[in-house]
Formats: sequence, structure tokens, C-alpha cells
Amino acid sequence: MKKYLLKRIAMAVVTIWAIITITFILMHSVPGDPFRQESKMPKVVYENLHKKYGLDKPLSEQYIIYLGKIIRGDFGDSMKSRVETVNDMIKRGLPVSAFIGLEALLIAVVFGPALGAIAALNQNKWPDYLSMIIAIIGVSVPSFIMGTVFIQFLARNIEWLPIGGWGSFRHSILPSIALALMPLAQLARYMRSSMLEVLGQDYIKTAKSKGISKATVVLRHAVRNAILPVVSILGTVATNLIVGSFVIEKIFGIPGLGMFFITSINNRDYPLIMGTTIFYAIILVIMLLIVDIAYMLIDPRIKLTKEGR
Amino acid sequence: MKAGLDVSPELFNAADKEDKNAERIRRPSIRYWPDVWRRLKMNKLAMTGLLLICILGVMSFVGTKINGFTYFEQNYSLINSHPDSVHWFGTDELGRDLFTRNWFGVRYSLFIGIMAAFIDFFIGVLYGGIAGISNRKVDSVMMRIAEIIYSIPYLLVVILISVVFSQAGQGSSMFVLIFSLSLTSWVPMAILVRGQVLQLKESEYALASESLGADKSWILKKHIIPNTLGPILVNVTLEIPRAIFAEATLGFIGLGLQAPKSSLGTLANSGLAGLPVGNSYQLFIPAIFISLIMFAFNVLGDGLRDALDPRLRK
Amino acid sequence: MNNILEVKNLQISFKTFFGEVEAVRDITFSVGRKETVAIVGESGCGKSVTASGIMQLLPMPPAFFKGGEILFNGEDLLKKTEKQMQAIRGNKISMVFQDPMTSLNPTMKIGYQIVEGLVKHHKMSREAAVKKSVEMLELVAVPQPEKRINQYPHEFSGGMRQRVMIALAMVCNPQLLIADEPTTALDVTVQAQILELMKKLQEQMEMSIILITHDLGIVADMSDRVVVMYAGQILEVGLTHEIFASPKHPYTRKLLASVPRLDMSREEPLYSIDGTPPDLYVPPKGCSFYDRCSSAMKICKDNMPEFDEHSATHQSRCWLNHPMAQKMNSMDGREV
Repeated sequence: MKKYLLKRIAMAVVTIWAIITITFILMHSVPGDPFRQESKMPKVVYENLHKKYGLDKPLSEQYIIYLGKIIRGDFGDSMKSRVETVNDMIKRGLPVSAFIGLEALLIAVVFGPALGAIAALNQNKWPDYLSMIIAIIGVSVPSFIMGTVFIQFLARNIEWLPIGGWGSFRHSILPSIALALMPLAQLARYMRSSMLEVLGQDYIKTAKSKGISKATVVLRHAVRNAILPVVSILGTVATNLIVGSFVIEKIFGIPGLGMFFITSINNRDYPLIMGTTIFYAIILVIMLLIVDIAYMLIDPRIKLTKEGR
Repeated sequence: MKAGLDVSPELFNAADKEDKNAERIRRPSIRYWPDVWRRLKMNKLAMTGLLLICILGVMSFVGTKINGFTYFEQNYSLINSHPDSVHWFGTDELGRDLFTRNWFGVRYSLFIGIMAAFIDFFIGVLYGGIAGISNRKVDSVMMRIAEIIYSIPYLLVVILISVVFSQAGQGSSMFVLIFSLSLTSWVPMAILVRGQVLQLKESEYALASESLGADKSWILKKHIIPNTLGPILVNVTLEIPRAIFAEATLGFIGLGLQAPKSSLGTLANSGLAGLPVGNSYQLFIPAIFISLIMFAFNVLGDGLRDALDPRLRK
Repeated sequence: MNNILEVKNLQISFKTFFGEVEAVRDITFSVGRKETVAIVGESGCGKSVTASGIMQLLPMPPAFFKGGEILFNGEDLLKKTEKQMQAIRGNKISMVFQDPMTSLNPTMKIGYQIVEGLVKHHKMSREAAVKKSVEMLELVAVPQPEKRINQYPHEFSGGMRQRVMIALAMVCNPQLLIADEPTTALDVTVQAQILELMKKLQEQMEMSIILITHDLGIVADMSDRVVVMYAGQILEVGLTHEIFASPKHPYTRKLLASVPRLDMSREEPLYSIDGTPPDLYVPPKGCSFYDRCSSAMKICKDNMPEFDEHSATHQSRCWLNHPMAQKMNSMDGREV
């Protein structure tokens, strides 16, 4: 297992490096000069700005410098704002985004597989059809559309639910539900097919032949096996969650990292975009790594066959 | 023995051979693709999806012409008007007819989604085929590279490329969108194709050593191709809504197709401004279209996957 | 009551897309105490459905009990509630399945899988149950049971897994063990071991066994009585030596003839029965073996024969037993 673990971590590191490099190359291939966007400025100021951002050095040198900064956790400066750096933005926005993200993750991870399991246990009866319709809608209606639906039809009509902004727990309810729906639906669908497959297995028949109650068979025997493949897609689910958060924050006016990211995109603040993208990517790659490791730990078959290597 | 049975001696003569039908096959043997189609047809949801796609596809060309307005005509006296008998979907903030604009949006979104999926298909088949045919070393290097490419977060790449290749305040061109959407998603297809090619390679070697002749490899092609085509078809069908979703997300961030040739995502984004002032139709109409397209392809893809699964044969 | 199990006129069918499949068409047999009864037949003849049906482990849609009784110790199992059946399964009646590779839960330690039944049925404490499982594993000759109790199924070989299955099934001392092709998926050498084990356990625990198989070699070795099934029906029943020494039904004869023997010469073709069993969507009105029977007569096609007794323990249902058939045969020298 250790060998596989190391290989996996190495892959993650390589991936992060690849992302940094690609992002760097992309940001520096923007046609035209980013600074030209500012209205006319005196030549001296222009040259000073170039020096400040190190843009006068050759590209390869800039690359090394940048790489060094990232390793030390410095994600760069903003071009448009004189006072804020990417790290500042992250400090401000991350807690907010993380809160909503985790709330949404919790909702999705608890209700998704539950819905899928209920559907599988009642195959082709009304709970199945209902759950699957909910799931199909969840998968087909993008989260931002759900968000606007919530705002329009719920928030406007219910005093207690704020339309947007940030400040109390109430503000996080609608956004996290809107964000959670698609992952929830994905998990439900996956869980359903996984459960159905498990329920048809021989060992379930063995369990029943021992005379244990249906509830025990389902919970102890079936779910334990069915949940494994579902864990493996948690990584994708987390990815969707993060990207979905950009737009949700925009719609609900939530001052999270996603909102800043979108603003920096609209402003074409390239260093900001670069730094934030890399930060997101690192988080994603780490999350995928964690999911992989978790899967390896949970499935007893993997632990030991790898040991035999 | 039962009493009262009519036991004429005649009955105890040997039975005629023709009377027996031991070898009669009960049900006609079923051929592959017609059976897949039959099973798909039984799935009402999938058929609804297929129908929806056809309707949307047709309407995306017809709908843009029927009411006589173009997508770029601006009419300042009628800005932000609600849907009525003249402008069936209302007008936007520049007075352009939203019915026409929305159907154009459907057309663009469908085009982008389908193109991205097909490019995935081509790159995937090419890459996977080459990897499968090549020797071990080349193959494993290619697969390693593919793995890394695949682990780069899809949407981040899409956003990044769109940002780079578009001007601020404007969206991206169709080419950029399709390019960025297909950049990392071809990998599952490649893995699939490579697997099948490897299988084919192995069986041909095995056959050669048994010297059974070229005839068998033809038969294998009859097995390998249906085996591969199925999952590939499902993959492509499900890739389309992924791409459309990504494009819509881009549009919502402001990186979608450039106006005035707006995609559904861009339309929805513009419509967002109409929400607080009571022009919710500007947002919800493209939103509904996006959802319908995704629903239709998802459901069709699901249905295809079920129809191709040999285990679900009733 | 001498018979631990009495199956009377059992009918089990399946509702499918294409119609009703009559998998078990009116069968009657019994199992005595400490007796081993083998049910033999080709695949699809209904023997597995019968086995699962006794335990009521069939998926209830699409399966349904069309009629009959299953008397266990005098009580009709078909009238029991699910909860009552749960108390019986694993406890009074146990089952061992065919494929040891897939019959054990891969994510659960095998110790737990054995203990589970004990805790539920005998309300044992954890420690007591673990102790008993170790004893059980010793009994089925699994080496180092204290250590292996914490291992997972994939750490065992096929033969070992089947032993674990048997331990699992027997741990609550059932009165009846239903073994559905217990050795089919195993190597021949391992087969012998498992069968030995079952015989030993049967002696020790005084239980009855229903042995489902298509392998006549095992039948000869293990069983006291044999039930021959075909297309959902019983065609012949008898003591093992009666069936082997003087099979009455053409099907039984063909089955016996198709077992390859060591003393066959190389030139002799391997004997197999032509054709395939009938479609159970539209079951034949007459004898189900009609299509493939070389002794078939005109009466066989549309008329179902009744059982005739050849001895107190030996019955078969075939028109050849009819006195008229005897007469015709003696007349034109036909082989019966």
C-alpha cells in the first residue's frame, strides 16, 4: 500500500506542477499587453510597473520566481488593486466559501446516497420513480438556475429567507441547498445503481438465508458494499461543488472566494486570476487525493492485495 | 394408474419422429442492434428525451425565422417588454426579440455541445487507438500523460482558456469555447478505445498462433465493434450535456458566446439583470431551455446505457 | 412425525414480461430425520428454485407460490410470516450455496459473518459467540481459526471459503441443511474433502441434508434417497441403490448412461442426451420428457402419467409402466 500511496502523491504533485505551468503559460500568452488596458499612463510609470511586477525579466526567469513564490504559499499580487494580494483575497473569501461549500457537501452526502438507497430498495415502485425524477432534475438543472428559482420564488415570498448577502446562518441556507442539488442528484443516481447491483449479489442471499432481518441486511451488508463506488465519485462531486460555488456566490451576492474570482475575471486582472486558479486547483487535487486514500482505506480488498505486491 | 383413461392399444405405439420437436427453438434469435433499439424504445423517458432533442433541433432553425424578427434588430421603444402576441418571449434591454434570440441560443448551445463531444470522440479514438497499437513503453507513457491531463480540473481549464482568448467585457468565440471544452474530456474515451484495441491485439495473436485464418478476425470485428461502439455512443451522448452545462456556466460568468450571437448561457446572464425589476422571463426562458436540453440528453444517454447493458435483458 | 420436511404438491411460478413461467409444477417429496436426499436434474429443471423456495428466499415478485404446502416439523412454512421465517432461517434450516467466491460478503470479516447468526438466533454474548465460531472453524478444518476469524473472504481459497460457508450454515445447529450444488465450483480433490466434511458433520449434529446437484457421482456417495427432477416435475424417486441399480424412467436411465466411466473404451462416444428441456412458458400437457425420449409413445404426448410404485420406496411416472405398454412391448420385442 505504501508504494501505491507514494505513487499517488507523486502524481498529485506532478499534476499541480502541470497546472501551475499551464496557467503561467496561458496568462502570459494573452494577446496584447495587460497593462495597455489601463488608460494612457506616462512612460516612466509604465516602465516602473513593469519592473515592479518583474515583467521586464525573461519569461523563464519569471517562471522560476513564480514557482518559488507558490511553494512558499505566496499566490501573487493583484494588478488592479494596489493593496490587495491574492493571499489577502483568499484570507477574506475562503472562510465564507468553505462554509457554504461544506454545508452543501453535507447536504449532498447525507441525502444523496439516502435517496439512492431508498430508490433501489423500492425498485420500480413509486419511491423509486419519485427519487429518480428528483435526481434527473437535479442533474439537468444547473445550480445557478436553481439558485435564481429559489430567489425568485422562495426568498421573495418568505420574509425569513434573505434574498442575498451574507451575515448570518440564514444567509447560507438557500445558497447551500442550491449548490447541493446537483451533487446530491449525482450521488443519488450512482448510489441507486450501486445498490441495485449489490442487492443482486450472492452474499446478500447468504445473509438472508441466515435469518437476519431485512433492515440489518440492507444496512449492514448492502450499504457497506454499495457505498464504495459512491465514495470514488466524491472527488468529481467536490469539483462540481467548487465550480458551482462561483456562480452561486455571484447570484446570491455572497462575498466568497468565488465572487472575487469572477470579479477578477471580469476585470481581466491576470495575476489575480492566475493565483486564484492555482489555489483552487491545488485544493481540488488535494481533495481528489484524499478521496482516493479514503477509498483505499475503506475497501478491505484493496488494502491487502496491494500489500502482497 | 388412472382409471377411466381411454387406453386403446393404438396409443401405446411408438410416437412418430415428426411429432417431436426437441430441437425447435422457442423464440427467434435476436440480433444485436435491432434489439438495442427495441429496448430503447421501451424506455419512455429516453424516448421523450429523443423527441425533445429532435423538436429543439428543428425549432432551433425554424423558430428563428417564423416571427420575422432578427436577433440583432434593436427597437428602443420596446425595451424590456413582457411576452405578448407580437414578441412571444418578450424583448431584452436593447429591444431585441427574445423569441428569435432564444432559438438562436438553442442552436448555438446545441452546436457547441455536440461539436465538443464529437471532438472528444475523435481525439479519444485517435489517441486510444495509437496507444493501444503501440508497444508497451509508448503506451504507458501515453496513458500517464492522459491521466495527468484528466486530473486537471475540467472547468478551471475551460475558464482559464476562455479568459485568455477573449477580451474583457466580451465573451469568447465559438472556436475558443469548443476548443476549451474538449481539451481534457477526451481521456475517458481514449481509455475505452485503448482497452478494446488491446483486446483485439491479443486475440489476433492468439488466433495467429492457432492458425485459424483471417476469417476469425472478421468475426471478432463483429464482436469488438459492437462492444466498443455501445459505450462510446453512451459516452458521447452524456458528454454533450456536460459541455452544454460548462458553456452555460461560462456564460453566466460572462465568458460565454459574444453578443449579439448569444448562447443560452449568455442570455441567462443578461437576463439576470432583469430579475429584480420584474423581468424574470428574460432569465427563466433561456434557463428552461438549458435545463430541457440537459434533461433530454441525460435521459437519452441513460436509456442508451441501459439498453446496451446485456445484464438487463428481460 | 418421522419426516422433518414434507413438500406436498408444490407449485412455484414466475411472472415475467413474456408470461408466466412454471418453474416448479406440482412436486411432492419428503425428507426424514438424519436422512440425505439428493435432488438431481439438468440445469433449469427447478431444483434450485425448489431449494430457495423452501427457505422462501426467492424474489417475491416475480416469483410466487402457486400452490402446495411445505411442512417443516408439521408446520406449513408457506403460512408463516416473514418474521417467523427469519427465526427459522439460519437456525432450524440452513443453506449452503454454490459459488463460494461470491457467497461471502467481501467487506466483512468472516468471523463476524459467522457470529451474526449466533447472536441473532441464540442471543449469545459477543465473547461466547466468538468462541463458538472458533470451535466451528476448527470443526470444518480451517487452520488457525483464532487468527483467521479476523480475516476477509478474499484471504481464503475457494475450498476454504466453502468450509467457512458450511461453518456459517451449521453454527446454529440446524435440523435441515440445504446444499445447493455445494461442490460444483470447486476442484475435484477439494470436492471430496468438502463432501467428507458434510458427512461427518451430519453424523455429529444429526441433521438432514437436501443435496441439490447434477453430479451423479456425488449422489452415489452421499445420499440415501434420490429425487429426479425434470422440467419442474419429479419423474422418479427412490433409494439410492434402487435408482442406480434399476432406474425405471427413461430420463433417469439416460442420466446414468451419460456419466463417463473409467472403464469405458476410448472408442465409445460420450453419451449425452439430445435436445433441450421444454419451454416452461407453455408447459407440455403430457410427459415433459416426450420430445427427447427414445421410448416415447403416442399416449405420452398429451397425457401426463401418474406415479407407479415399484417398491415401497421406489416410484416413477411413465407410461411405460402401464400394463398396456408392457403388453405391446412383449408383442413386438421393444425394449422397455
